[in-house]
Amino acid sequence: MIPLTWEIASRGLTEAGRILVMLAVGVAVIEALAYLILHKWLKLKNALPFMLMLPAFIAVVALVIYPFLFNLQLAFSNMSMYRFKEFSVGLSYGIQNFLDVFRAPVLQNVTFAQLLLRTVVWTAVNVFFHVLGGLFLAILLNRPLRGKAIYRTLLTIPWAIPQVIAALAWKNEFHYQYGFINVLLQKLGFAPVQWLSDPKWAFVAVIIVNIWLGIPFMMVIILGGLQSISPDYYDAAQIDGASGFQQFRAITMPLLKPVLTPAIILGVVWTFNNFNVIYLITKGGPMEGTDILVTSLYKAVFEFYRYGFGAAYSTVILIILLIFTWIYLKVTKGMGEVADA
Amino acid sequence: MKKESSRIHSFFRSGKGDSPAKKLLIHLILIMASVIAVYPFLRVVAISLRPGSQLLSTDLSLIPSNATLENYRTLIFEKDFTIWLWNSLVVSLTTVIVGIVLSASAAYAFSRWDFPGRKQGLVFLLTTQMLPPSMLLLPIYVMVVRLQLFNTYTGMILAHSVGAVPFSIWLLKGYYDTIPRELEEAALVDGASRLEAFYKIIIPLSTPALGVCGLFSFMTSWSEFMMARVMLQKADLFTWPLGFQKLLDQFTTQWGVFSAASVLVAVPAMLLFMYSSKWLISGLTLGGVKE
Repeated sequence: MIPLTWEIASRGLTEAGRILVMLAVGVAVIEALAYLILHKWLKLKNALPFMLMLPAFIAVVALVIYPFLFNLQLAFSNMSMYRFKEFSVGLSYGIQNFLDVFRAPVLQNVTFAQLLLRTVVWTAVNVFFHVLGGLFLAILLNRPLRGKAIYRTLLTIPWAIPQVIAALAWKNEFHYQYGFINVLLQKLGFAPVQWLSDPKWAFVAVIIVNIWLGIPFMMVIILGGLQSISPDYYDAAQIDGASGFQQFRAITMPLLKPVLTPAIILGVVWTFNNFNVIYLITKGGPMEGTDILVTSLYKAVFEFYRYGFGAAYSTVILIILLIFTWIYLKVTKGMGEVADA
Repeated sequence: MKKESSRIHSFFRSGKGDSPAKKLLIHLILIMASVIAVYPFLRVVAISLRPGSQLLSTDLSLIPSNATLENYRTLIFEKDFTIWLWNSLVVSLTTVIVGIVLSASAAYAFSRWDFPGRKQGLVFLLTTQMLPPSMLLLPIYVMVVRLQLFNTYTGMILAHSVGAVPFSIWLLKGYYDTIPRELEEAALVDGASRLEAFYKIIIPLSTPALGVCGLFSFMTSWSEFMMARVMLQKADLFTWPLGFQKLLDQFTTQWGVFSAASVLVAVPAMLLFMYSSKWLISGLTLGGVKE
């Protein structure tokens, strides 16, 4: 055990203090330079907003844009564990890295195509159940009901628990002998399931956990959307004799769309990028059977030390994500036009 | 007839006409859903109270017989728990300050001026939130190693600021937009400069928003696992998510201790989340839809 001594505590405070001082000095220097250049020298009309933005702009360049471009450079390099400091960059390395993504197993067993398919299944199944479950609960909660606030609070708990804790706690509950799921199954007269040692069941297990985690977000967002729909629409529909389902299709769904579209995009991106749940519960195993793209990316880089390859691989993953989002936006917008016509 | 149809048709709206049987059914469904939502955490609480001799059992009761706080004692006095919390606290509080300092004024520029590149800038900030965090992991790791910041708080804080700065700008811009411009214009008429108007009027008015924004950055950084896994390898630098994962590497012996740790971290986190969730939701939806 390491005790929390004054020495350790003061080390933390010193480092934090140093960062804050550097931040203050950095901002002051940047602003002074910007003032001289933009205001005094160039006499820009928009000098003030540019000055207000400059420190954040530089931070974003240093922390997002530069790493992003650096990653592209690494994709065209032969960087590896042995060539960490002295790697070379060249087109041929890049071609090699990008081809490697597609022509051999990404890690040891599973190919890119299989991982892509599994990620699509993982994302689609999760988001489908998040929206379905969220919609169902939100519709129930949108009715006059006693104890609504209590239900709402209890139902949000999976979202409120830190994901790391939830994932690790669930991992224990999938234990063959002592986890509550198998205990419950046996009490109900079913055979216990080899949750974490059978790849198929392990994949089911991580999906169950992630569905559990993601429903509250959709529920809360959809409930907000439902509450903003004016009851007049339903009154008018009833006068015209529309059935409950017709009302749902013609009023609820279209009016929910402005809320649902960004929520689904967020949901897809979050699920697609979800590293914690799978890595903490199964580490992608057994036999890489639950790896999705991002977990195999992590392992390729930090367990197999294939840096150049990993950079190329992550670029491919980003392109897939962008295509995903673009298609979704296209399709939903297309549907909107059909509905408007 | 009218009344009848309104009852049948009101399923998808907040109607008043639910029959008692239907109300009962709705309550049953919601109770079942609530149990599914809450039970896993109640199990964690139950296991944290188990004495060592009964740790491995198929007992499903929520308060074990011979409940004891033994696991909590072990956790606090024999594990690095306090170190993990301290490390997490240092990293996330500093990240919050860095995020707020950099974003408060930038968000103001985005909210009040129509400069060339404003729209592109906003879209860009939103796009950064979509970048897979695992994608920036490698370049940031290499940068941190080259700057000799591996195994330091500074490296971790840099890594966490990647997400915190764009997110904070986006959230604060949404809040500034709701403050009427007339307030500053009045101050300008009275002879204040734009900058004074910002510091003397907007910042004080935005204290709640700055607080909320800080809270979100804090919660994100506080529970972050992947970056920490890569950036920190010395046990005395572990943040709690890393420490918890290490605890569980020895499943059978540490289940109870892990559960105790989870309760101590999750309960405050959940309360904080419940307290702040309404702002988070409006930030995620409104901020995202509004131009």
